[in-house]
Amino acid sequence: MRRVFIPNRGEIAVRIVRACRALDLECVVGASEADLDGMAARTADRVVCIGPGPAGESYLRVDTVVQAALGTDCDAIHPGYGFLAESPRLAARAREHGLAFVGPPTEAISLAGDKLAARAQAARAGAPVLAGGEVSGRGEARRRADEIGYPVLVKAVGGGGGRGIKRVHDEAELDAVLGLARREAGAAFGDDRVYLEKLIEPARHVEVQIAADDHGAVVHLGERDCSVQRRFQKVVEEAPPPHLPGPTSATLRAAAVAFARQIGYRNLGTVEFVIDADGGEPHFLEVNCRIQVEHPVTEAVTGLDLVAMQLQIAAGNALGIAQDEVSFDGHAIECRLNAEDPSRGYAPSPGTLSLFAVPHRTGLRVDTHCQAGTTVPPYYDSLLGKLIAHAAGRDEAIEILIDALEEVDVEGVETNRTLLISALGHPDFRTGAVTTDWLERALR
Amino acid sequence: MALTDDDVREILRIIDESALDELSIETDGFSLHVLKRSAGGQARSGADRVSSAPERASPPAEPAPRFAEEPAGDDHAVTIPSPMLGTFYRAEAPGGSPLVEIGSRVEPDTTVCIIEVMKMMNSVPAGVSGVVAQICSENGQLVEYGEPLFLVTAG
Repeated sequence: MRRVFIPNRGEIAVRIVRACRALDLECVVGASEADLDGMAARTADRVVCIGPGPAGESYLRVDTVVQAALGTDCDAIHPGYGFLAESPRLAARAREHGLAFVGPPTEAISLAGDKLAARAQAARAGAPVLAGGEVSGRGEARRRADEIGYPVLVKAVGGGGGRGIKRVHDEAELDAVLGLARREAGAAFGDDRVYLEKLIEPARHVEVQIAADDHGAVVHLGERDCSVQRRFQKVVEEAPPPHLPGPTSATLRAAAVAFARQIGYRNLGTVEFVIDADGGEPHFLEVNCRIQVEHPVTEAVTGLDLVAMQLQIAAGNALGIAQDEVSFDGHAIECRLNAEDPSRGYAPSPGTLSLFAVPHRTGLRVDTHCQAGTTVPPYYDSLLGKLIAHAAGRDEAIEILIDALEEVDVEGVETNRTLLISALGHPDFRTGAVTTDWLERALR
Repeated sequence: MALTDDDVREILRIIDESALDELSIETDGFSLHVLKRSAGGQARSGADRVSSAPERASPPAEPAPRFAEEPAGDDHAVTIPSPMLGTFYRAEAPGGSPLVEIGSRVEPDTTVCIIEVMKMMNSVPAGVSGVVAQICSENGQLVEYGEPLFLVTAG
């Protein structure tokens, strides 16, 4: 591997450029017209314009991305997260043309994208799976919901990442949303199948980072707790999960590794679980075939460079680290600073940054593509950057983050800064584990 | 060398009093980017913190023109930009004669070249009327979205 194509933008494109530098790899950023003078484009060895601003005409075009990688003499594609990161079509197309795809095998991506197939494989690997299953008609849905017991979630088979989920509390609601859910799933994911799954509430969202190479090695890199969410979207993530009992942690890690082996997983991935906050029982949720937004908390506590690891695995190298060599140090917390307008229900707030100031201090890492003058286009997600605190203990990490956020100064767009400060400073959060419904309740 | 808060304040004071609108400074592990808002009465110069940028981030500069400027001197020349990223071909088939040459007369629907994206051949119409004055890309080369393909003297 010599030159890597990065068809992505924002902080993750900057992050991948940095990992390429660390490994002495050249990199070419494929940017839309709206991102041509973005930080990733400016720091890469070369940038090519792959299309106009709207993602459907640029970042989401499989053929254009592969053509751009080939035309710039790249020998690998790192898709980042979002856009085509979990597209089996991109992985297959890239590999057909002799490009290394920095991600798992195409079959693993297809399997992970089919939530029902993933559930079945997880069960086969011995992981605890929530009651549920596919439903098509109303009668079948009613019967299955009765078996499971309300409340239930109606989920799109092709969904994931918190998208395509509806919460249903009784039969009348189920009748009302079923048709709509199928239509929406068809439009959003090109697959109108839906399934029901038992809703666990209150629950914690805990995920296990795994890494696997082409030579049969599979390791876990510990857990992350991502229970602080708004509308199924993560806002704050941390490692290790506070007050997670040792046996639960061991169960999750073993299940994640067994699942990865079961499906022949390679490269980095995340196995997500939901944990019943009352009973403590973990259940398999889904697997994510990409580098995740919250990967820096794992990097902080393990001291590993996860993106460099992805590139090395894709180049065919061995992991180079055995399970008993993975160690965990201290506590890390990440929060996502978004361009969102709190006065308009946290709707995206695009614009041009006239000021973007974040402090530099010990124990704080900032991953961002923003600075004064950066434009936040209306076409993409609203992530401005991530603040990651790493300290010996959780309280100290919280303090570092709050202090840093107090000093963050952004002008030109609205941000969720004060929401982050209130969440991190809230007595519930300081005490330890919160549940996925907590933030929205605390906001009210 | 490390800049202190006082240094930054001094820099801001100097910029405030100068005609500069924008300034970037980069030293080891430190980068400062100041943008002075000249219109709208919201100028802000009191920031005493540094902007965050990865160590390797190059200082923001006026974005360089993406593609070579059009030759000066001809007010009627317009470019035909590439409608997509792909491989530029001047002929419909390998070894065929070019669709247009310098001096060719084109109408808006005249096909001027082919852009290949993963074996899909896309015909590119001129979109303008005029005479081809310059061919900006080489046969078989990658062209980016928006890259000028031809210069056409309108009329």
